[in-house]
Parts: sequence; structure tokens; C-alpha cells
Amino acid sequence: MTKKIYLDYAATTPVDPRVVKVMLPYFSEKFGNTMSLHSFGQEAKQALEESREVIADLMKAKPNEIIFTSSATESNNSALKGIAFANKNKGKHIIISPIEHPCIIESSKWLENQGFEVTRLKVDQYGLVKPEDVKKAIKKETILVSIMHANNEIGTLEPIEEIGKICKELGVYFHTDASQSFGKIPIDVNKMNIDLMTVSSHKMYGPKGVAALFVREGTKIEPLIHGGGHEKGLRSSTVNISAIVGFAEAVKICQKEIHPVKSAKSGAKQFNRVEKESERLVKLRNKLIKGVLEKIEESHLNGHPQKRLPNNVNFWFSFIEGESLVIQLDLLGIAASTGSACSSEKLEPSHVLIAIGLKPQEAHGSLRLSLGRWTTEKEIDYVLKVLPKVVEKLRKISPFKK
Amino acid sequence: MKKIGPYTKKVIEYFKKPHNYGRVKDPDGVGKVGNVVCGDVMWLYIKVGKNKKGREMIKDIKFETFGCVAAIATSSVITDLAKGKTLEEAMKIDRNKIVKSLGGLPPIKIHCSVLAASALSEAIYDYFKKKKKEIPKELEEKHQRISKEKEEINQRYKEWIKIEEKMHKK
Repeated sequence: MTKKIYLDYAATTPVDPRVVKVMLPYFSEKFGNTMSLHSFGQEAKQALEESREVIADLMKAKPNEIIFTSSATESNNSALKGIAFANKNKGKHIIISPIEHPCIIESSKWLENQGFEVTRLKVDQYGLVKPEDVKKAIKKETILVSIMHANNEIGTLEPIEEIGKICKELGVYFHTDASQSFGKIPIDVNKMNIDLMTVSSHKMYGPKGVAALFVREGTKIEPLIHGGGHEKGLRSSTVNISAIVGFAEAVKICQKEIHPVKSAKSGAKQFNRVEKESERLVKLRNKLIKGVLEKIEESHLNGHPQKRLPNNVNFWFSFIEGESLVIQLDLLGIAASTGSACSSEKLEPSHVLIAIGLKPQEAHGSLRLSLGRWTTEKEIDYVLKVLPKVVEKLRKISPFKK
Repeated sequence: MKKIGPYTKKVIEYFKKPHNYGRVKDPDGVGKVGNVVCGDVMWLYIKVGKNKKGREMIKDIKFETFGCVAAIATSSVITDLAKGKTLEEAMKIDRNKIVKSLGGLPPIKIHCSVLAASALSEAIYDYFKKKKKEIPKELEEKHQRISKEKEEINQRYKEWIKIEEKMHKK
């Protein structure tokens, strides 16, 4: 095996060469500071505003509702802390799910230390939050509900439209972390009643070091970073123009790839059908899931069988440990990921897998394969060929057997 | 040396082709350490014989391990280090020796080498106990320490450990 197979698109994606091409002039030619009055600055400023429009367009937002940041982590921090501090006179209660990304979990812990109260809802065995649980948890002091759109580990898609509706009715801000779904699944911030949304560039073939936070007009929010007043004063810092231009180009490419097709039923409530790339990925994903569950005994799917990202697959295999599995696969040229404790700095199993009811030993045996733009059917076939052998080998070494 | 993940080439070699895995038939001693909740479980089986000088030695040794790359590599290396050694020599194998044999381990994985050393001393302890032999003071102390740690973890994860025992059918 000479060619390597990358199946960790949920961790990060390669920058699309078309994106790189568009970015290049913004390093040494169109390098101006967007705050400068001269032509260099204005050229950069124009590129910034055009990029803002592109990103706003993909989520049906207004351009002035897009704040550029340096990462999804920063966007999520800004959403939680910014809303908390701007609205603490109304109340100090925040609601999150237990399967959020660590930047939400840790930010909410920090807010607890600052005197805020955080409710962590339960999820079912698929990782789904029940909208009625959100409704029950909201009280007079609640200022923010933050539930992710798609889970980064198990790919489960949360019912954010219903949650958004509840939040709107009860007058509570609703934030969603759409880092994994933006560009893959259509999002309409109005239809879905979203007040704040985190989106990320490097998960959709754009460069690292740039992300955005959608903040609905009229939302009361405090900045994290104070300074020269960039991004409507919500995020001071000289604008990273080359990265932002790249992000916008990545969005344009995704837009082309997932252009929605009118639904056959007129007046249908659901979104217009999405074609092309996501459908291609769904087919590959389903082939991989079916193949693994058939070929490997004692293999189990994590996450919801249908309500999941087009590109996410996550299993746990009885009797073996995930880091060993990932390194074995790496030696065979396949890049994957695991929620095992042994692979984490904290030596704790994934909080997501524990939240959906897996026991630690089960979470240790987890494997995530995430597909992307350059994943081919041949690659999936290769995985289906070698994975059963790798699992079998590790099971031979393990003291646990069926 | 080129590394794979956080591991040295040697660790990966042992991991790729582990030596002496499986079970020894009718073992004279078994060392069970680690726990599945934390993610590392090592079971070490030994067969004791006598060398030409009539000293007791490890005639055969095998391991079964549930765990990460480091856990598998340390298990494998300790079987190599212990095989053919007298019990006296085998008891002296410590984590430093294991780490050295592997060309190093990432700091976060040092506990795997501790685990491997514990598995061996527990297997020897088990042998002494079964044969109703006098147990050397140092070995007894080690056993007490390991048991105490085990007890603490068992208390914390009672339910899960029951399941672990069920999973290990003969």
C-alpha cells in the first residue's frame, strides 16, 4: 500500500487547491490592513466584505451578522461568555448538551466558576437531545441554550430547528455549534430560529486559523477581545484577510457541491433536497457501516443510523482498544481516530461516548472514520478488506473473548 | 529515529509483531493487572521449570493484553526479558529496564511499563503462593501495594469489573 487513505476529515480537511489559488495574492500583493484608508487597505476591506457576503449567503443570514474569528473554539467561547456577560442582569442560567465540543464544556465550567448556573441535558443512546427536555429546563433566569448541530464524534444531527423554535417562543438566545455541518448540510438560520452559530473553515476545505460566529442582529453580546474595534467591535484584531478569502472560496465550492434541488412535494416542510457531494458521501458511508457490521462480529455503530452527518462513521468493537486500532490502521496507510482514553492527554474516555451510555471499556474500543471530498469507493473497499483483519489480530492478543 | 504517533520504532516493532502472546497451558502462575475501565489490562501466564544448576526459572511465558500500543509493546518486551531467566533474576526486571528495551516511552505511557513489571511480579507471587513456598519480603510488599491499588479501583468501578470477569470465559 503506497497511497495513504485519509479518513479523518472530521479532525481537519486538506485545503482545496482552488482555495489556495485564491488566497495566494492576499499574502504579498493584496496584503493591506482593512482599517487603512489607502488603496491597499480598501482592497483588503472589499475582499473582507465580499467574503462576509458569501458566508452569510450559505446560511441565509445578513452579511452584517457575520463576525470573523480565529477558530471555532474562539467562536464558541465568544458565544457562551459573550452572551453570559451581556445578559447577566436578566439571569445567569445556561443550558448545554453533554456531548458538546470541549470548548463549550470547558467554557461553561469556567462560567460556573464565575457564578453562572449550567444545566447539562441528557441525551439518548444515539446522542439525541429531546426538545421537550430543553423546554423543561428553561426557566426565568435562562439566557442561553447552546446545542450543537452535528456531533463531531458520532455524527448525530440534533433537532435544532425544534429547539430553536422553543427558545424563540420562550425568549431565550439559541446558539448552535455547526462546525461539523456547515457546508455539508443546508442551514437556514431564520427557518431554524438560530440566534448565534459557530462555523469553521478548516472542516470544509478552507484554511485553518479562521472561523466565524453568526450573531443575529439585535443580540446582546459582549466581546472577548477588546482593541481597535474590528468586526463591529465584537472581535478586535487585524483581519486575517488571506484566510478569510480562503474560507469564502471554500464556501463557494461547497455551495456548488450541495446546491439544493426543489423538493418534489410543493409546500413540503422539510428542506429542499440536497444533491451531489452529500449524497455521494451518504452512499459511501452506508456501504462502510453495512460492511463493517456484517464482516466484524461484535461490532457496534455509535450514533444514529439515519440522523447523522453524511461523512461520519463511528463504531465500537468489543474486546479491543482504540489507540492500538488506530496505530495498526496507520501502519496500513489508513488515518482514523478513536475516543479511547489511551489516546487522550487526560487518559479519560470520550465524554460523548460515555454520555450515550457506553461503558468505559466500550468507549476504549471506538473508531471514527470520517469521509470527505477525496474519499473514493476504492478506499472504502480497502478499509472493508483490512479492518476485519486488524480487529481480529488485536482480539487474538486480548484477554477478553466472546 | 522516525516515530509513529508518539512511539519509537522499537515500540512499533513490538506492537506490530508481538512476541509470546496467548495463554500458557496449565500455567504455574498468573499475574492479572490493570483494569478495563482505565483501558489497560494485562494477564501474564508463566510456566516454571529448573535450569541446569537446579534453579527455578521461567520456562515459558505468555501474555494477553487489552490496551494501547504501549501496553501491548511492554507486555511483549517483558516476556522476552523474563523468558529463560531464574525467578530471582526475573523479579529484578523493573520498569526502567522495560522502557530502556523499547528505546523510550512517551511520559504519559510510562504507567504501561509499571503495569508490565507488576504483571510479572504478580505471576511469580501467584506461583509461590500456589506452591505454598516462602514468599520473599520484597515480592510480598510489591504484592500488597498492587493489591491495594487494585482494591481502590475495584471499589470505584465495581459494576464494570463484574462484566469484565464475565467477558473472560475459559
